[in-house]
Amino acid sequence: MMESRTDHDPVTGTETTGHNWDGIQELNTPLPRWWLWTFYLTIIWGIGYCIAYPAWPLIDRATAGFLGYSTRAEVEVQIAEVDARNADVAARLASADLATLERDDPAYHYGVAGGAAVFRAHCSQCHGAGAAGALGYPNLLDDDWLWGGTLDAIAATVRHGIRNDTDDDARWSEMPAYGEFLEAEQIAAATEFVLQLSGQAHDAQLAASGATVFAGECASCHMEAGTGDRETGAPDLTDAIWLYGGDREAITESITNSRFGVMPAWGPRLDEVEINAVTLYVHQLGGGE
Amino acid sequence: MSDSEPTTLYAAREPIFPRRVSGPFRSLKWWIMGVTLGIYYLTPWIRWDRGPNLPDQAVLIDLAGRRFYFFWIEIWPHELYFVAGLLIMAGIGLFLFTSALGRVWCGYACPQTVWTDLFLLVERWIEGDRNARMRLWKSGWTLRKVRLSLTKWMLWLLISIATGGAWVFYYADATTLLRDLIALDAAPVAYFTIMILTGTTFVLGGFMREQVCIYMCPWPRIQAAMMDEETLTVAYREWRGEPRGKGTKRRALAERAAASAQAAGPRIGGRSPRIPMPGIDPAASQADPAGNEPGDCIDCNACVNVCPVGIDIRDGQQLACITCALCIDACDDVMARIGKPRGLIDYLAFSDEKRERAGQPSLSVWRHVLRPRTVAYTTLWSLIGLALLYALFVRPEIDITVAPVRNPQFVVLSDGSIRNAYDVRLRNKHGEDRPFRIQVAGDAAFRLDIEGVDATQVPVPADDTAHQRVYVVASANSDPALADSMGIRFWVEDIVSGERAYQDSVFNGRTGQ
Ligand code: SF4
Ligand code: SF4
Repeated sequence: MMESRTDHDPVTGTETTGHNWDGIQELNTPLPRWWLWTFYLTIIWGIGYCIAYPAWPLIDRATAGFLGYSTRAEVEVQIAEVDARNADVAARLASADLATLERDDPAYHYGVAGGAAVFRAHCSQCHGAGAAGALGYPNLLDDDWLWGGTLDAIAATVRHGIRNDTDDDARWSEMPAYGEFLEAEQIAAATEFVLQLSGQAHDAQLAASGATVFAGECASCHMEAGTGDRETGAPDLTDAIWLYGGDREAITESITNSRFGVMPAWGPRLDEVEINAVTLYVHQLGGGE
Repeated sequence: MSDSEPTTLYAAREPIFPRRVSGPFRSLKWWIMGVTLGIYYLTPWIRWDRGPNLPDQAVLIDLAGRRFYFFWIEIWPHELYFVAGLLIMAGIGLFLFTSALGRVWCGYACPQTVWTDLFLLVERWIEGDRNARMRLWKSGWTLRKVRLSLTKWMLWLLISIATGGAWVFYYADATTLLRDLIALDAAPVAYFTIMILTGTTFVLGGFMREQVCIYMCPWPRIQAAMMDEETLTVAYREWRGEPRGKGTKRRALAERAAASAQAAGPRIGGRSPRIPMPGIDPAASQADPAGNEPGDCIDCNACVNVCPVGIDIRDGQQLACITCALCIDACDDVMARIGKPRGLIDYLAFSDEKRERAGQPSLSVWRHVLRPRTVAYTTLWSLIGLALLYALFVRPEIDITVAPVRNPQFVVLSDGSIRNAYDVRLRNKHGEDRPFRIQVAGDAAFRLDIEGVDATQVPVPADDTAHQRVYVVASANSDPALADSMGIRFWVEDIVSGERAYQDSVFNGRTGQ
């Protein structure tokens, strides 16, 4: 043991620690002992915490801690609690007739809120997070529907999908690729007529001959006036909304090679609650009928 | 490095037994204690009628409902700038008081000081004054000591529970909560909060006391930056008090002074060293430079004995001093008894020290308090206060906020018209349900289309916000439909009272893509 000898600072009379750097001395103003104990206490607490809770990172996981706590398990419990609390309203939604569901019914709000989540998880990849669609993927916000925009029609589309091979009840239609049996001039004429139908700039002479082509080849699905047919998902050619583009080039391409948009059937992958929920959500986006 | 080691780096807390004192500052402190504690304990029980839909508690922080009620004022979460403004004012107010009067906050109004004072009062009541408490402290654990300690702790605990209990009443209806608490029916968080605050009050007020001020509180460090040589703070008139002495020593000093008056004897030094005050030569700090004439301090230690932090103010200003001014009262009492003028220990500015040593009178309190610095703080403080008052009186009872939906920016409808969507929030601060009318202005081509509502009327519940998706449609080929973007203004009108409010937003047209 070193001999304990205390020095005192001549000016203040305070005891020094004995540390001396280039003549600068360190005064010793003792810390309260409870402060030291508090410090030890935090160390003990820290050790206890490391033993009780997940703490030390290993290569592929962390030490579990003997309390077996995990945030994941906690969140699972919380989700289960919420689900249990919503069980009644979910059951109501699953068996509800959507068309007559009141807007102030809790099941309606539950559906719209839950539907938004379902939409983001399963639909937004094609239709976009804002449901505005993209080229070839319908915009669900507008007032134009290929296969119908009522709650029942939307639910059927969600459940069975469109032009897929997996669901026998999928909505189905197939436009021929007219490039295989129409002359290029005929396609050009039909294009001008479609431009005229939608009120765009067109060549009037070509359009007049295109009218004949249209009446012979197109009107059976798109109807004589070009207003389309929801039975076959044939688009309305007179409005301002174009799934694959409405300019001369895009229309020529559509006539020549046709289009074949596919949507999977969600019936096998979503349950009744989810289907009804996402139907309600899509219907209230601004275009529902 | 020297080879010596200090005796110890840690020291146990020295128990402090402040003596009872009376005087103007002590009375002021009693008054402040009574008023602040009264405000704290009683405020939750004041009722204030706001009508059937709103709580009738005058001061209520409704966390679940996200409202703060203060008598006739109701603050919504989006008006939190009131709280921010009040906090800033509290901060600047603290700066102001510190630069003018030192640590008055610490000495008079800080909860740590007030509750410690209250606990000391209880302690003194149960165990007696300083000497009795010191005897009790030194004595072994006799039956009497156990009884007195238990009584004291019981009373402290009751005060602590009341303190923790009062806190939770600010967050819920006090009468209901009290009933629930007693019936063991209240929310666990209420009991938990009470337990924590009971514990902190008991430990901090009963056992930690000055340790909180010296070692835990950041304010003593910050305050140093706000004080200057004009700040009035508790200090000892060293030039008047030294050399101190009592009894025989005093007589001896007086005799020696008489002798040295005849033969100007050699100067006597060798006093124990102490920290000199800034700018003062310690040699000049004596009433009689020769050190023969005894000073006014009779070294009775009254100032030390009353000090709640256990320091000697005669050592100069120090970090531990909370400027409670009790030593002033104690010393004034002694001065009165020995027939000397009061104020050996006094509120004093450093700049006055020089003047007084030179035999000049000190400046008046107002000259110290009214300085550019304090005037600047006061101005700033008042400006913020006025701004908050203005905001308080002009804020409307109804309110509208509009968040344009930006994914997508617009939707083309089948007839070629352009539709924008907006998420509108309508606030109704009235205590009753009100129908609101929404309108748009900006361009004649705008058509309002409110989802789920046939008319343009939206019912908004009492003291609540209604969330409404609103569509604005511009017909095909109209100006806004073709434009990149265009300003649009949403008006909301309370159909009952006719109050109106608006919010501007933007309408995106076709070319804006
Ligand atoms: S020295 Fe002690 S008694 Fe005097 S003001 Fe400071 S804290 Fe109070
Ligand atoms: S109370 Fe006054 S006279 Fe007594 S020791 Fe303190 S300063 Fe000196």
